[in-house]
Amino acid sequence: MQALTQRVKQVDRKPMTLLERIYLWNIVKGMFITFMHIFKKKPTIRYPEQKREFSPVFRGLHVLNRDEEGRENCTACGLCAVACPAEAITMEAAERLPNEEHLYREEKYAAKYEINMLRCIFCGLCEEACPKDAIYLSETFTPANFTRKNFIYGKPDLLIPNVKTESGEFAKAKGM
Amino acid sequence: MSDLLKITIDNITVEVPAGTTILNAARQIGGEVAPPAMCYYSKLADSGGKCRTCLVEVSKGSEKDPRPMPKLVASCRTTVMDGMEVKNITSPKVIDARNGVVEFLLINHPLDCPVCDQAGECDLQDLGYNHGKEGTRYEFKRRTFHKVDLGDYIQLHMTRCIMCFRCVFVADQLTEKREHGILDRGDHAQIATLIEKNLHNDFIGNVIDVCPVGALTDKTFRFKNRVWFTKPVDAHRNCSNPKCCGEAQLWMRGDEVFRVTARKDEWGEVKEASNGKTGWICNTCRFETKKAIDWTIEGPSVVNRHSVISQGHYVGVIKPTETFNAVMKGRDPKLLMDIHDESEVNKPNIDLSVLDRPAHSTDFN
Repeated sequence: MQALTQRVKQVDRKPMTLLERIYLWNIVKGMFITFMHIFKKKPTIRYPEQKREFSPVFRGLHVLNRDEEGRENCTACGLCAVACPAEAITMEAAERLPNEEHLYREEKYAAKYEINMLRCIFCGLCEEACPKDAIYLSETFTPANFTRKNFIYGKPDLLIPNVKTESGEFAKAKGM
Repeated sequence: MSDLLKITIDNITVEVPAGTTILNAARQIGGEVAPPAMCYYSKLADSGGKCRTCLVEVSKGSEKDPRPMPKLVASCRTTVMDGMEVKNITSPKVIDARNGVVEFLLINHPLDCPVCDQAGECDLQDLGYNHGKEGTRYEFKRRTFHKVDLGDYIQLHMTRCIMCFRCVFVADQLTEKREHGILDRGDHAQIATLIEKNLHNDFIGNVIDVCPVGALTDKTFRFKNRVWFTKPVDAHRNCSNPKCCGEAQLWMRGDEVFRVTARKDEWGEVKEASNGKTGWICNTCRFETKKAIDWTIEGPSVVNRHSVISQGHYVGVIKPTETFNAVMKGRDPKLLMDIHDESEVNKPNIDLSVLDRPAHSTDFN
């Protein structure tokens, strides 16, 4: 058959010589390559003690944002859920009661908000769609887990600490 | 001479009977030639002439008097003359004027679409999307009002109102006694019920359907769901009210009926019912029959595929045949996780749609 490209290399089908058959030379060659790697720079790091720097556009685990007064930004408009190509986001909205003004910024809020991390593909479209700056993709990985049910992230998992009532945790999360 | 008058709109000629308005002639052509309308409603007599979104340029008055009209005219109020030539989307003047009108309409309109229940089926949202500017030039405080409950089922959010008067015409023409109207003038004008009178009329629910913005909304649907997550289906029931057409659109999610509205045509107006009546529905149909069992469901409504409401409604899906039974010899597959065991959203035993008020934090405990 005629070769299709110039780079085709004909396989040598000749029977191996004695030197080739005992493989000794090839083993020495391979061991030498392995040995040389001891002196090379290591590409691996000791995770989790050492961590690599994230790219500025890294998209990790979601957080639900609060404003400066600790009120939830999310108003359950559903734009993140509609933008989500994996249909990972679901929510249920509720009306704010008169005594809940310190908890929620708008008159409508997400009473339930869930992200199914098994479905999520971390594309960041929810963050882009959000008109209220409520959802952000942070620089954290979704932690591994043993069961599927722990991957359904509800509001307690996603919300950032309240700056007013949980100031200690807020500072810790901020890295201060 | 025939009774039909010839009119050319954007170089498309149609023949319409005398007395037809330019807007209705343009709607006969259909498509983008028809000017948008915020206040005109073909099913309501005397409506129109208020919002100025339907402005068009008349480049030739008529066959007898070919002079162009000096100013842009409101097409919903101007009747057709024989040989008239009208420019709508082909005239840059019209587009420019319409952009200005949209800016004016949005002066006092709050940009709270994420909260508003009308979002997704809002005429002003569509209009603003097509004609609006990116930012606002308005530097003053927008006028705000407190929310008012009109009766048990309707909420009036005057902040969002654009003063189209449609709801007043509905109350005037459909119900026996009008109890609300416009108070004050100019910038202070507002829709109000005199002396906080509740509206107990049978057909007052139709003000929700005619409202082009989210000023009048259904309290039984308030904050329950976004329109694009619900699935519209056509349904009918035997309504005992003689004026009610009994044909409606149910906005469902699963088996839950979240909202009942009248059926709308391509111009966002109430459709003619199959029995010849205009498709207004009574309050019983709209607010009190919120179970699928109350209705005979005809099938999914046709939704424009460019509408956000059609998102996630996959049409013509061919589902692969289920092979579990054959492979498992009749045994049920072992589910690794039932989403309802873990998820707190859309619990099968909690029906938010049956509440006749918005859900509160107390409903989720």
